[in-house]
Amino acid sequence: MIRTPLRPLARILSARAAGENPDAIERDNLRARREAVSDAARGRAEVRLMLLGAFFIVGFCAVGVRMAALAVSRPIEPQIASSGDAIIASRGDIVDRNGRVLATNLLTYSLYAQPPQMIEPTRVAQELVAIFPDLDPERLIADFTGARKFVWIKKKISPEQMQAVHDIGDPGLLFGPREMRLYPNGDLAAHVLGGASFGREDVASAEVVGVAGVEKAFDSWLRDPLNDNAPLRLSLDLTVQATVEEVLADGMKLLKARAASAVLMNVHSGEIVAMASLPDFDPNARPAPLTSGDQGDSPLFNRAVQGVYELGSTFKVFAAAQALDMGLVTPETMIDTRGPLVWGKFRINDFHDYGAKLSVTDVIVESSNIGAARIAMLIGGERQKAFLDSLGFMLPTPVELAEAPGARPLLPPNWSDLSTMTISYGHGLSASPLHLASAYATIANGGRRVTPTLLTGAAPSVGEQIISPQTSAEIMSMLRDVVTRGTASFAEVPGYAVGGKTGTADKLKPSGGYYEDKVLATFAAVFPVNDPQYVLVLTLDEPVEDSGSEDRRTAGWTAVPVGAEVIRRAAPLLGLRPIWGPQDTPTLSLARN
Amino acid sequence: MRTLITGVAAMAVMGLAFWAYRENYNTQTAISELTRLQAEIASLREGLAVLDAEWAYLNRPDRLRKLAALNFDRLGLLPLTAYQFGAVTQVAYPLLPETGFSLGLTPIDAISSGGELP
Repeated sequence: MIRTPLRPLARILSARAAGENPDAIERDNLRARREAVSDAARGRAEVRLMLLGAFFIVGFCAVGVRMAALAVSRPIEPQIASSGDAIIASRGDIVDRNGRVLATNLLTYSLYAQPPQMIEPTRVAQELVAIFPDLDPERLIADFTGARKFVWIKKKISPEQMQAVHDIGDPGLLFGPREMRLYPNGDLAAHVLGGASFGREDVASAEVVGVAGVEKAFDSWLRDPLNDNAPLRLSLDLTVQATVEEVLADGMKLLKARAASAVLMNVHSGEIVAMASLPDFDPNARPAPLTSGDQGDSPLFNRAVQGVYELGSTFKVFAAAQALDMGLVTPETMIDTRGPLVWGKFRINDFHDYGAKLSVTDVIVESSNIGAARIAMLIGGERQKAFLDSLGFMLPTPVELAEAPGARPLLPPNWSDLSTMTISYGHGLSASPLHLASAYATIANGGRRVTPTLLTGAAPSVGEQIISPQTSAEIMSMLRDVVTRGTASFAEVPGYAVGGKTGTADKLKPSGGYYEDKVLATFAAVFPVNDPQYVLVLTLDEPVEDSGSEDRRTAGWTAVPVGAEVIRRAAPLLGLRPIWGPQDTPTLSLARN
Repeated sequence: MRTLITGVAAMAVMGLAFWAYRENYNTQTAISELTRLQAEIASLREGLAVLDAEWAYLNRPDRLRKLAALNFDRLGLLPLTAYQFGAVTQVAYPLLPETGFSLGLTPIDAISSGGELP
């Protein structure tokens, strides 16, 4: 680089000759040199600023483009992060207490049509009717040739039907995957399970919603993906349930009953091991509710839970239990049973004349209405009402069924002395068989209140003490006497000491008053009485035993033999060891070699 | 020296580029394999659900009851009754080998429970 001298001699000399100040030349040159230096520095700074600006522009552009891309693109599931479990979001299974399947899901297909894409609508309609005979051909042709763009044809089809529809070969027929609810055991425990149907529907999927029973009561639980497909474990035992239903159906047929129901309950936990109501239905093809007549005649009606009936003499046990517990009587106290007992214009009669006096035990054993009414009068209406309330007779049962809250017991509008007397022998108060089973369980387990439940494995809740264990034992002894020498003599089951009480209630006429020849026969049993484990409540609606010379309708001839057969078959399945011989001897003795 | 460093750096860039290229393809292969496996798991689960349902359907009490009745000649199956419960005392203890005795075909009920089987 050629450096310009600050004081070039030639210019200095010529300036001196002209009389100018040579310092001005030096200042001028110095200024020029500084300008050059600052120009260079500015140039470098400009480049740096440009670079920095470009960097920021690129950075902001990158952020902007990414934001735009995120905003515009469709969200997709992160494939790598998800495990296989997350793919399945189906409704949980329902299993029995041993894990056997009661309700599960099956993948199937629905069939729909898009008429604009259809080539031969008329032929397609005819071939579809050949595959599904329940379809209406005129309607299909009208749908396919009309203005409609979308037609549902079938909600669920089988693989064979799907193949047949494939073979029609029309591009306008399409399939959508469907998850359907399957009840592999058919009509077994139909009333407990209820049923399911489709809720909101789409071509690609449809939600399955419970419509009755536990399916409805636990609908949100079953659909909750957080449960990770855990099954709903019921307290029912599939084998016992099947046995109870079989015996009950046979008994109902044999005794020409209109309907029947049975509840088998664990007395300690309140777990319902079997619950049946006949006639029943197949939850896979749930029938429509009746459009006319009494819904109580529909097979959908759960008689064990929804049906409230006057349950007759089975209620005498509650009067006796309360009187014993209050110390008003002992089992040996003699009760006046001279009849008829007249109260105002109402007369209370017994089935037979039982003489002038019976002990409290014999009032239960012989089932004396007059005796029960007199015991109830000792107790009084207020206390009777409170006692029945503590046994759960004032409210619907808290069992986990969608129908349960609607089954409110029918109570007398005012609890008069007459009501007190009639309720003591089971008339004037209507309750469901499940109410009765819970109350008997409470009395049988030593007096602790039992809450009926359909779930198993919950922490056992110790209910409040309703009656003393002493009273409970005395009542068990009375119930045993009913079987050994009373009205339920057919209930003797070898190996198991059954105790129970019969109830034969005249049915109410819809117009008022009672039928002469229509009864509801009930048998409430506890077994084994020396160490109560289970309670069975069995009802038969309008049974008649006509093998003899005259028709017999009392529970002792109808409900009791059926109940005994249920116990004979179910008790071994429940794992109860039979006890042979005298009951106080231990069955197991320590053996050593 | 400068040339050497430049050359090494260039080689390193090429090596890393090759490594990144290979990793990219490995990842994509793994993802597609994962997708395939997930689809397979889903279809196997579906199959399992169908088999579970079929097992439950074939073992429904109605059908087993009919089959037991149909094959009564061969199997002789009857409902479980109370008479089929035995007591522990009905099972004989095995004798020690040094006693020299052995059990016959029919076990001997040596210790009775006190109750009687009807």
